[in-house]
This record gives sequence, C-alpha cells and structure tokens, in this order.
Amino acid sequence: MRVGLRLFASYADALGTRSLDVTLADGATVRDALAYVRALPGADGLPPAPLVAVNAEYAPLDRTLAAGDEVALIPPVAGG
Amino acid sequence: MNQVALVTEPIDVAALLARVSSPTVGAVASFLGTVRNMNDNRAVTGIEYSAYEEMAEREMRSIVAEAARKFDSVAPAIAIEHRLGELSLGDVSVAIAVSHARRAPALDACRYVIEELKKRVPIWKREHYTDGTRAWVDNRNTVAVSEVTR
Repeated sequence: MRVGLRLFASYADALGTRSLDVTLADGATVRDALAYVRALPGADGLPPAPLVAVNAEYAPLDRTLAAGDEVALIPPVAGG
Repeated sequence: MNQVALVTEPIDVAALLARVSSPTVGAVASFLGTVRNMNDNRAVTGIEYSAYEEMAEREMRSIVAEAARKFDSVAPAIAIEHRLGELSLGDVSVAIAVSHARRAPALDACRYVIEELKKRVPIWKREHYTDGTRAWVDNRNTVAVSEVTR
C-alpha cells in the first residue's frame, strides 16, 4: 500500500526532502514506516525515537497504517 | 468563539483582544511571545518559524478546548495566533487572549495554553545569529540540534 511521508525542519534538512510517497506492506505500522525512513540516506541525523503523527495526530509506534495515510515525523517542537 | 490561526503577517494584538472581549467578561488575560536578541549565549538576529500547518491548527484547537473545559471559560473565550515566516527582533511570534468572568481562570487558562502550545504544537524555529550561522532550536532545551552556515 502507498502512504505519504512528511518531514519538517531539521529532519527535512537531514534527509534532503520534505515529502515522499512510499510503498509499505499491508498491515504496516508506524514502526515499519520509521524503519523505512531509517534506511534512507541522511537518516543517521534522526534521533533514536522521533515522534510520529498519522493524519495530523500524534500516533504510537504500533498504530496500524492504512493506504493513503499521511505519516509525519515530528522534530522537537519550538513554538511560542 | 474560540479561534486559532497561523499567520504570516504581523499579529494585530488589539484585534485579538477585541475578539475575546464582550460585556459578559470581567477579565481579559493575554500573553505575547517575542523574538529575543540572545539565546544560549548567542546573539540572535532573527528567527524563521515553520509548521506542519494542518496539525498545528488541530493541536491548537485541542488545547483551546481543553482550557475551556478545565477553566470553565465563557464564550467568547480564547484566541491564539502564531506567526510563521521570517521574524525580526522584538516581533510578536505568538499571541494568546483569554476572556473570563473572573481574572484567576483567565490568567490560569492563558498560562495553560502557552505551556501546552510550547510542548505539543508542531511549530519549529531556526535562529539566525550575528556570525551568519543558523540553527534549529527546540523548547526542551536551548541547545542547537543542527547547524548550517548560510
């Protein structure tokens, strides 16, 4: 299934992209999406356990993804 | 009439206060975050803010709803604007206005909103320094998480 990945701020700089479409196995979880990202060039700049959001809401590692989901890696926030 | 917004133009603080004011309230509390010239002993010349906009708006709406429940706010009650883009020293980066019948819940709700915003809302900032370098910084500490030369 296809899911969209979004990267922001320092993570987008590290991986050199802000978004990409990826193919994951049916039933894949947030953990699987993270494993995919970790294999990309530049991913050694990511922390061990980045926060993740699915469809604009914070999500746990075991959250099961559905086709068309938007998975975002959320760097440490700095609003205010 | 709770409302949240991400804006690229300077924040009109008077308009924000007016939005939550009404004859039914006895207090309007506000908080402004502004761009400071020093951080972590480095001279700052400006800050660039960016966001995951859909999620940032959603999180801000959640925070407003939580604050309204927690502090029993009367409507019209809470408004937040956060600015994105390039900001200069002294610019207002975030403005929060809370109205309530009484001052204590207005002040408490205002504090709650800014503290939760700083913890949860996906907004990022990159500081620019007098030596020409830039760095992403976060709210957990003021240590640069990455650095590039302009």
